[in-house]
Amino acid sequence: MGKYFGKKLVVYLITFFFAVTLNWAVPRFVPGDPISMLLSRFVGLEGGRQILESHFVKTFGLDQPLLTQYFGFWKSLFTGDLGISISQYPKPVMDIISDSIIYDFIILVPAIILSWIIGNKLGAFSGVSKKTDSFLMPVFYFLTSSPYFWFALVVSYLLGIKAGFFPTSHAFSATLRPAWTWRFISDAFMHWFMPFLTLFLVQLGGWAIGMRNMIIYETSTNYSRYMESLGASKKLIRSYGFRNGILPQVTGLAISLGTVVSGAVLTQIVFSYPGLGYTMVEAIKRSDYFLIQGCFLFLIIMVLAANFIIDIVYMLVDPRVRHSYSGEV
Amino acid sequence: METKSIFWKKHENLYFAITSKKVLFGVGLFLLIFLLSAFGPLLTPYDYEEFAGAGYLPPSKEHFFGTTINGRDVYTQVVYGLRSTLLVGFLAGTIASIIGLLVGFLSGYHGGKVLDESLMMLTNIFMVIPSLALLIILSAYLPYRGIATQSIIVAATAWPWTARAVRSQTLSLKNQEFVNLSRISGLGTFKILTQDIAANMFSYVFMVYILQFNGTILASVGLEFLGLGPTRGVSLGLVMQNAVNWNALHLGMWWWTIIPGLILTLLIVSLYFINTGLDEVFNPRLREM
Repeated sequence: MGKYFGKKLVVYLITFFFAVTLNWAVPRFVPGDPISMLLSRFVGLEGGRQILESHFVKTFGLDQPLLTQYFGFWKSLFTGDLGISISQYPKPVMDIISDSIIYDFIILVPAIILSWIIGNKLGAFSGVSKKTDSFLMPVFYFLTSSPYFWFALVVSYLLGIKAGFFPTSHAFSATLRPAWTWRFISDAFMHWFMPFLTLFLVQLGGWAIGMRNMIIYETSTNYSRYMESLGASKKLIRSYGFRNGILPQVTGLAISLGTVVSGAVLTQIVFSYPGLGYTMVEAIKRSDYFLIQGCFLFLIIMVLAANFIIDIVYMLVDPRVRHSYSGEV
Repeated sequence: METKSIFWKKHENLYFAITSKKVLFGVGLFLLIFLLSAFGPLLTPYDYEEFAGAGYLPPSKEHFFGTTINGRDVYTQVVYGLRSTLLVGFLAGTIASIIGLLVGFLSGYHGGKVLDESLMMLTNIFMVIPSLALLIILSAYLPYRGIATQSIIVAATAWPWTARAVRSQTLSLKNQEFVNLSRISGLGTFKILTQDIAANMFSYVFMVYILQFNGTILASVGLEFLGLGPTRGVSLGLVMQNAVNWNALHLGMWWWTIIPGLILTLLIVSLYFINTGLDEVFNPRLREM
């Protein structure tokens, strides 16, 4: 068990190291010299000179050799100092990120978990009879083929603009302030629903297709045939197929996380939903490089953490992993 | 008659492929969209940047997909954009498949050794990083981007799952007896990989390529939608970005926003159908449904 986690942890640490290095290297080595552009923008701002003197010398340390700059970057990272935003000057990048990351959580976590559970159930159900299969499969294919942002636009047009059920942008009405009142919560819920629905539905198709194929495959294996010859009911055989099919689907969940987070970025753009993705793209429009880097870093930390949680879940549901790494077998 | 049935017996897979409804539907839809991108521009007298008539027009005989708020012809923009999107998908999908196949073959063939472990480590790292975030950060710092640049950066993040899938297939193939025989006869690694393993994985590789093509198209359209696609020309993502920037949906101009994405979605649906259809052809167990 320890070995299993040890191995995974090494991959995650290396990924994190790689991501931070990339984050440090891209603005330095890419043509167009973004750093000097950044510096020139700060000079014009009030108090910009002080920022230049303190922060830039520390993080960028442009007068120092590259290796020292690199270590300086790590040092400021661990003290939680990701720089100052230009577009929301003089707010620290860290504050902006901690404000927006909550919006990623509330749309991503329920959408991922619910679509996985319901998608798998629907997939298992779809394989039961040819009739439901030939009706449901095209729907699933359509869902899984839709680009997230396009599906978001369709949802927004149908439910938001045509039907007028839900507001089409932002996380809550401009007239309200975040508070634990019924009025605010219901307002935030209405704003939350369409981004959530988009992420939920697009993922749903993929899980259903995966589980359907898995069960068809499992029901033609030798153990299923054996059960059939013993007179077990079709339903029972399918339920064993489902249990075996769940494992690859958990692995699939880990693999799909990167795509889902990318999808969430695009969905947030369509609904102007102020999560990390929206913040990042706004930062790009305003050439706010510190903020871009901060968002990138936190998106990766989010995916890494989610992967780690899935690893734990995988260990819990697969007895082979549990036993093989603890030396019981 | 006699010779014909022998022909089909020999090419059983081909027979199942051309009688599979899914494959036929997929190929038909794909061809339709491909033809639209190839010959679609001939049907329009306009240029995609040209002022083609009054703005705000719904689809009609003169403007098949209506016009934008500035009076540009949406149909023209879509067919030209489709070309660029297909090209990027093709280039990026090919590059990504090649990287994924190479890494997967090598890693699987040397399963359990240091090379395998390090290649898989690299694959896992790239798999975990959310590709769009990486693409955004790369594109954001590149002031000029062409179709080739975009294809390369999309491909750089698209290959990992191919590598993983190909690796596990190679692992299961390489202990087959005919591979051992080749090894005993002293055939080189490259020859064994190409002649024994790749040849037996052809169907699998083909399907991997289709999925890779789908993935790269989706990734590149996502980038274009953020305004981080090629800096010149028109693309499907760019058309939709413009529509969103002009608030087209709120103005009721669904044709400007929904149609380009619908064509893209149909393209991807068609490829999925080809993929599953072929899966059933090559994998008789799935056919039993």
